[in-house]
Amino acid sequence: MRDLSAETRIGLEALGLRIGRNGGTLLDVPRLVFDGPGPTLILGPNGAGKSLLLRCLHGLIKPDAGQVRQDGAPLGPAQKARQAMVFQQPVLLRRSVAGNLDFVLRRRGMVRATRKDRIAALLAEGGLSDKARQSARSLSGGEAQRLAILRALATEPDILFLDEPTSALDPAATLAIERMVLRASAQGVRIVMVSHDIGQARRLAADAAMMQGGRVVEHGPASEVLETPKSEAARRYLAGGLIL
Amino acid sequence: MLLILQGDAELWAIVLLSLRVSLMAVLISAVIGMPLGAALAVSRFPGRRGVIVLVNALMGLPPVVVGLLVYLMLSRSGPLGVLQLLYTPTAMIIAQVVLVTPIVAALTRQVIEMLAEEYSEQLRSLGVSRLASVPTLLWDARLALVTALLAGFGRAIAEVGAVIIVGGNINHVTRVMTTTIALETSRGNLALALALGAILIGIAVAVNALVSAVSLRAEHEGLTHA
Amino acid sequence: MVGIRIRTLLMALGLMAGGAQAEEAYIVLQSTTSTQNSGLLDHILPGFEAETGIDVRVVAVGTGQAIRNARNGDGDVLLVHAREAEEKFVADGWGVERFDVMYNDFVLVGPKSDPAKVGGGTDIVAALKAIAQATAPFVSRGDDSGTHKAELRQWKEADIDVAAASGGWYRETGSGMGATLNVASGMEAYVLTDRATWIAFGNKGNLEILVEGDPRLFNQYGVILVNPEKHPGVRAAAGQRFIDWLLGEVGQGAIASFRLDGQQLFFPNAR
Repeated sequence: MRDLSAETRIGLEALGLRIGRNGGTLLDVPRLVFDGPGPTLILGPNGAGKSLLLRCLHGLIKPDAGQVRQDGAPLGPAQKARQAMVFQQPVLLRRSVAGNLDFVLRRRGMVRATRKDRIAALLAEGGLSDKARQSARSLSGGEAQRLAILRALATEPDILFLDEPTSALDPAATLAIERMVLRASAQGVRIVMVSHDIGQARRLAADAAMMQGGRVVEHGPASEVLETPKSEAARRYLAGGLIL
Repeated sequence: MLLILQGDAELWAIVLLSLRVSLMAVLISAVIGMPLGAALAVSRFPGRRGVIVLVNALMGLPPVVVGLLVYLMLSRSGPLGVLQLLYTPTAMIIAQVVLVTPIVAALTRQVIEMLAEEYSEQLRSLGVSRLASVPTLLWDARLALVTALLAGFGRAIAEVGAVIIVGGNINHVTRVMTTTIALETSRGNLALALALGAILIGIAVAVNALVSAVSLRAEHEGLTHA
Repeated sequence: MVGIRIRTLLMALGLMAGGAQAEEAYIVLQSTTSTQNSGLLDHILPGFEAETGIDVRVVAVGTGQAIRNARNGDGDVLLVHAREAEEKFVADGWGVERFDVMYNDFVLVGPKSDPAKVGGGTDIVAALKAIAQATAPFVSRGDDSGTHKAELRQWKEADIDVAAASGGWYRETGSGMGATLNVASGMEAYVLTDRATWIAFGNKGNLEILVEGDPRLFNQYGVILVNPEKHPGVRAAAGQRFIDWLLGEVGQGAIASFRLDGQQLFFPNAR
C-alpha cells in the first residue's frame, strides 16, 4: 500500500495555460498549484472552462501556450501514466463489468491469476461484486459511474481527475461516489474534481478553485473560498448556488 | 417437387459448395477488410476522405466486371495463369473476396469511426494510442461487425455474374446455387430454378436468424471474456 | 490496390488449391450451351470418365466465347459448332486439328398464332422473308454463338438487313439459347434454335416448331485440341484421349444413343 502521509502526494502545477478560439479566450490560467493534502474541487458556472482546464491538466487537450508540471516534471507519457480520469458520462467498454476492469489490468501486464484477485477486490470496493459478469452497458447510472471510478483506480494513479461525475445522479448514488472519492483520497491519491454542486464541495473539498470566463478567480482552502469568498464572482456564484 | 429436392445428394453438394465458397470468401474479406476499415476509421492522413469515398464506391462493384477482371488475371494467358486457378472454387473465392472486402471495409469504417468517437477521450486517458485502439474497437464493435459480415455474405452467396465467369459453372466442381439457377432457367426448368431460389432465400433467413439469436444471447450473458 | 490484394491472396490460396489439383486427372472442355442444356454431355461423359478416370470439366458458353476462352489457353478441348470460326482457330495456330463429331439441325420456332404464316414450311429463307415482311417479332441470340452465326447466314441469304430492324421487330438478347428461348416464349416471338435445346427446353409456352428440314439448317459440331505449343499448360495427352474416344466407336455410339422424349437429337458423323 501507499504511504498515507500528505507530504508524499504528487504535486500538480499549471503555468501560463492559454487556449483561445476565434479571438476569444477559453482558458487563461497564469499559475495554479495543487499541492495540498486533500481533494481539490473546481467550481464555477457552465462555460467557465472547468472541464477544459481538467483536460489540459490530464493532457487530453494541448494548450495553445503554457505547460503542466507534475512533481516538477513536464507532462509526458510517464507522467500521464500516473494520472486517471473519470468523465461526466461514463464511457464503458462493451464488455462485462469485470471485463472493463480486466482491460486496464491486462494493459498493465498483470498475469491472469493476479488480475482475477484484483478485479474481485475492486468490485467489492465498489459494491459491484454481484454484477461482475453482467454487461457493463446494462448498469444503472450510479453503478456505471462507480465502475468508471473503479476502472480509473485500477490503474493505481497518483492523480485522479473527475469531471462532474455525479451531475446526473440521485442523492444516494452521489453519496456512494463521494465515499469512493474520499476513500481514494485517504489512500494518497490526489483528487482534482470539477463540480457545480456547492454542497458537494463543502462535503469533499480540502481546497477549492473558483473559475469564471476561463480564469481561476480564486483558489485557497475550501473554508475560505466557500464561506468567505474574496472575489465578487465567487460571491455571486455561491449566492446563486445557495438559492438552488 | 420439394420431395425431389429433399433426397438429392447432388443438390446438397451444390448447396454445400455455395456455402463453402461464400463463407471462405467472407472469412478472408473479414481478415483483410476489418483491420483496413478500422485503420481507415482511426487514422488521419491527407487524402483520407478520398480513400473513404473510393472504398464506399467499391461496395457497388458490378460482379460481372469483377468476374471479368479476375478471369483476365487467372486466365492461362493472364499474369497469374501459371497458378492454374481458373475454373476452380479458389477462383470463385477470389472473385467474391474482391466483391465483399470493400463492403466489410466500408461498413467497418463506419461502425468503428462512431465507436472511436465515443471511446476517444477514455482510451487516450488510459494511454491507448489511436492505432493501438484498433483491436479494442474491433472487439467492442463485434456485434455491429457481425452484421457487416452478414451483408458481405449476402452479397457473396447471391452473386452469379462473377462466379459464373471465373468458375465456369462446371458440374461437380464449380457449380453453386446461383449458377445452377441460371443454368436451370436457361434450360427452361423454371420450377426447379425457383425451388433452388427458395433454398437460397431460406439459407439467408436461417443465417440471419442464427446471428440474431447469437447476438441476443451474447447481450444477455453480458459478453464476458474476463 | 485491388491488384495487390488479389496477388497477396493468391499466394495463400494458390498454395491451398495448387497441391490438390496437380494430382487430379481432368481436362477442361470449352463447349456450347446446346450440348449442355440438351443433356447430351451429361449422357456421354460418364462413360468416358469411367473408362479413363479422366474428369471432363465442361464450361458451357456461346461458341464465340468458348473459342476466345480456348485461345486464352483456358481449356484443353473445344467442342463447338461454327465451322468457319473453328477452321480459322486452327489456321491461326490456336488449335491442333479440327474433326467433325456430329450434327443436329436448327429449327424455326414461333407462336402457334403464327402471324407471318410460315408454319409447315421447309424453306427457311422464305420464312424469314415472310417474318420481315410482317414485321413479326423475332428474337436473336445476338451473342456471336454458332447458332447466331447460322441465323445471320440465313438472313443474308434472304437479303434482309436485320441490323436496321434491331430494337424494332428484331430483338437481340445477347444471351445463351435457353435465355433467348425464355424471351421468345415470353413475348411470343419467332426464334431460330438448335433442335436439341428446343426439345429439352421446359418453358415452351405457346411456341412450337414451324419450319424444319431445310438442308441449310444443318448444324455441324467440330472438336479441336487446343495447341500445346501455344499454351504449354494444355493437358494435351488427356485432351487427345478424349478426342480419340469421342471420334471412336464408343463415343459415337454414346452420342447416337442419347434420346430425349424418344427422339435422337445428335447424329454422329466422325470420319
